[in-house]
Amino acid sequence: MEDWKTNRNVFWTLATPGTLWLIAFFLVPLAFLFVLSFSSKAMIDGQISINQYDYFSGLTNYLRSFNPDIVSIFIRTLWWSALATLACLIIAYPIAFGICFAPDRWRPLLLMLIVLPFWINLLIRTYALMAVLRDNGLVNSALGAVGLGPLPLMNNTFGVIFGLVYVYMPFMVLPLYATIERLDKSFLEASLDLGGTQFQTFRNITLPLTMPGIVTGVVLVFIPCLGTFLTSELLGGTSSWMIGNVIQSQFGPANDWPFGSALSLLLMYATFAVLAVRAFLSRNSKGVDV
Amino acid sequence: MAALLKPGQGPLDYGKRRWLRAVFVAVLVMLYTPILVLIAYSFNIQNRGGIWKGFTLENYAKAWHNSDLMSALLNSLSIAFISTIFATVIGAMVAVLLWRFRFPGKAAYEGAMALPIVIPEICMGVAMLLFYARTGMMTGMTHLPWPLNLGTPSPSPTSPCFPFVAVVVRSRLVGFNRQLEEASKDLGASEWQTFTRILIPYMMPGLVAGALLAFTLSLDDFVITFFTSGPETVTFPVKIYSMVKTGVKYEVNAASTILIVITIVATVIAMKLQAPDKAGH
Amino acid sequence: MSSANMSDAPPSPDTIVSIRNVSKRFPGGVTAVDDISFDIAQNEFFALLGPSGCGKTTLLRMISGLETPTSGQILIDGQDMSLTPPNKRPTNMVFQSYAVFPHMTVADNVAYGLRVTGVAEDETKRRVGEALEMVKLSHLAQRKPDQMSGGQRQRVALARALVKRPKVLLLDEPLSALDAKLRDDMRMELTRLQETVGITFIIVTHDQDEALSMATRIAVMDKGAVQQIATPAELYEHPKSRFVADFIGKVNLIEGRVVSKKPNAVVLDVPSIGKMEMATKDLVGETAAIAVRPEKLKITKSEPKDAKLVKVKVAIRDVAYYGDTSDVVASLPDGQDLYVTVQNESREGGSGVERGDKVWMSWEPKDSLLLTE
Repeated sequence: MEDWKTNRNVFWTLATPGTLWLIAFFLVPLAFLFVLSFSSKAMIDGQISINQYDYFSGLTNYLRSFNPDIVSIFIRTLWWSALATLACLIIAYPIAFGICFAPDRWRPLLLMLIVLPFWINLLIRTYALMAVLRDNGLVNSALGAVGLGPLPLMNNTFGVIFGLVYVYMPFMVLPLYATIERLDKSFLEASLDLGGTQFQTFRNITLPLTMPGIVTGVVLVFIPCLGTFLTSELLGGTSSWMIGNVIQSQFGPANDWPFGSALSLLLMYATFAVLAVRAFLSRNSKGVDV
Repeated sequence: MAALLKPGQGPLDYGKRRWLRAVFVAVLVMLYTPILVLIAYSFNIQNRGGIWKGFTLENYAKAWHNSDLMSALLNSLSIAFISTIFATVIGAMVAVLLWRFRFPGKAAYEGAMALPIVIPEICMGVAMLLFYARTGMMTGMTHLPWPLNLGTPSPSPTSPCFPFVAVVVRSRLVGFNRQLEEASKDLGASEWQTFTRILIPYMMPGLVAGALLAFTLSLDDFVITFFTSGPETVTFPVKIYSMVKTGVKYEVNAASTILIVITIVATVIAMKLQAPDKAGH
Repeated sequence: MSSANMSDAPPSPDTIVSIRNVSKRFPGGVTAVDDISFDIAQNEFFALLGPSGCGKTTLLRMISGLETPTSGQILIDGQDMSLTPPNKRPTNMVFQSYAVFPHMTVADNVAYGLRVTGVAEDETKRRVGEALEMVKLSHLAQRKPDQMSGGQRQRVALARALVKRPKVLLLDEPLSALDAKLRDDMRMELTRLQETVGITFIIVTHDQDEALSMATRIAVMDKGAVQQIATPAELYEHPKSRFVADFIGKVNLIEGRVVSKKPNAVVLDVPSIGKMEMATKDLVGETAAIAVRPEKLKITKSEPKDAKLVKVKVAIRDVAYYGDTSDVVASLPDGQDLYVTVQNESREGGSGVERGDKVWMSWEPKDSLLLTE
């Protein structure tokens, strides 16, 4: 790696476009969001204006976020995201493990089969899922044919969590696959050779050595789950709102942008907290390459 | 006495374990059933009950004649195309920058570059909405109650895309033997010649993978464009969203199938392009 | 399993590992090990030697249970263990990459095999202490592997395997990842350890020096089959085939045509040298090779007087000086190169020959060998 001063022309040529883009289309919009979160709607002629604001009017929007309704939605969001992440982990681990131990020529195909749906549009996948989970959808028709059901599969908690798992599972499989693949199989062989059973080997060797992949996968699934609004809107009912739905309504029908901005920032801070925990974990995992 | 192994099968041949195969098949069924059902219904004769009535291409014809839907599809594809070009070029430059140079504040710079990846999409969406609304207001270009600067959706998916490209390209660069660059300069090549003849060919698989990622991510993007698209710039996912909200329509299945096919073809082509690199050197 | 086969030939009482008609075919049709049978005795330092891809590592892994044979049996201490999982076998392995668990301290690594099999904690502590003592690592017990050198990690791997008191210790290319100096030390250390602990060591190596200097018996393998099993001296002095002769040490192979056969000898016509009679009991085909080690060849300025010697006039093509010895390349009249190791007599004189010299080369017939395979 060379110092930037050794070749200033090359350095600036490479640095300028990305930096400008990041500032113009990312940092500035976030700054707007930040400023607006401390604002309130202006009073013009004794009426609340639709799109004029009093800037720097204090922490009102943040204080409003501690209203019990919003807090309970926040808690529900965290809880459902955690459930969905856990379900993803439990399903994805054996999948990633199986792909890693499949014959070499099968591995790319198997991985592609798992990841391919991820490339399909989020909305289309959610819409497709609706057709299967509906009361007269495929699953319930099949159950009905054998005299069971119909089970309530959507417009409830199950629907939202199933949808989240369905949509974000590849995010869990990929980092797990990457870590398990890099895992030196002779560690597992050594454990078996030293008398460990398959289960002991998994618990004492495989699990700790693949922890970096688990943490990455958990972060990659948990964060988008926190920001969900589409899945909860289409697969959950009106009582299944997550924080994303509240934010969306503030920028839509409720038309309270400053409050929506404050909620968005709180969601961002929650994301940063997750990332900080991750950084903390990876610093403490000395000896295991992250 | 522990269970014996099978002849010719080692203790780590998990790929041959039945239960693991069963889980794998179950997950594949879970992943693909909804998509296959959606595709199948795009060929179904319309009916209220949602049962199979017979094969038809009528839904495709309807989708084709639905000019709103088609212009939305065209919008989505053009936005994906434009933002892929931007994201690939900028992302690759950032990747080379971070790979090649040491500079003050590099860690912070890297952190800032990673932000668009980790920030929830909805936050990005509302921030972009605000940005367009406010800047539009500042220039007096628009004074609608839901003011939007028309033609703006293109940059929105690019912002989260180019750091992805940078990550992909940079991970490719990590394997590059820097002595090749030195050898090239030692043999008399200029900075630019070394870049185009040595580094770019080496980066190519990473560039293709990055471009593919950018294309599908922007095509996939619903959340950000949901907030930033105006009435003239409705994208395909946003259009479908509004159609879904008003009830299931068969032409939505047809149009979705088209988009699925486009996505899968793009993905498979890109994977094929990358394949020689995996097999050979 | 097939106990009928087992009774075929009961293993001799001091046999610890018995390989019987073992074959291993990998999916895709590669046969790594092809119908191998041999026994390894209690307390041997046994080496599996061969070029890469000869099946030696696969065979070792089948003894450990990390692979299973496609057919055939592996008996350990008289019991058929062909399909027994590795954790139920009385063998332990030192891996080529050492496979020292990166997330555990040295002490925890060594204790691992005892803990997972339920050995009491105070006994574990005592045995771990002893094992670390044995490999001289007691002072590093609390270190993590990433803070250790390759040599130290190897000692951890050794201690971790030996602490289990296996009946057989398996070593997969144990010295290949070490640098030259460390390799010599470790070679002696392994020999010392084997004598101290008194258990069977089976080592896999592609390095003939390693095998010759450490092992009590060596199996030379090629293309999935055993070419010869013998002591190091026997292998060196009496290789059975061209492959073994060539693989163990340096050798000059001079091909000849068989002109007549006698009950216990053949007469060969060798280009540049002429007719030679060689004693042999083997069946001989149309051609055979004469093998002579480079250090058995003598170079003299004038024709040697002894009539028993095989002698030939050669041209010196190259001389490489190595201090105590010189390697001389000499060309026979028909152009074949022979390699000669010459002891350097005086400090100034060196080998006493120079490139281009025409000299006499000779050897005693008893120092050469007839190879038919």
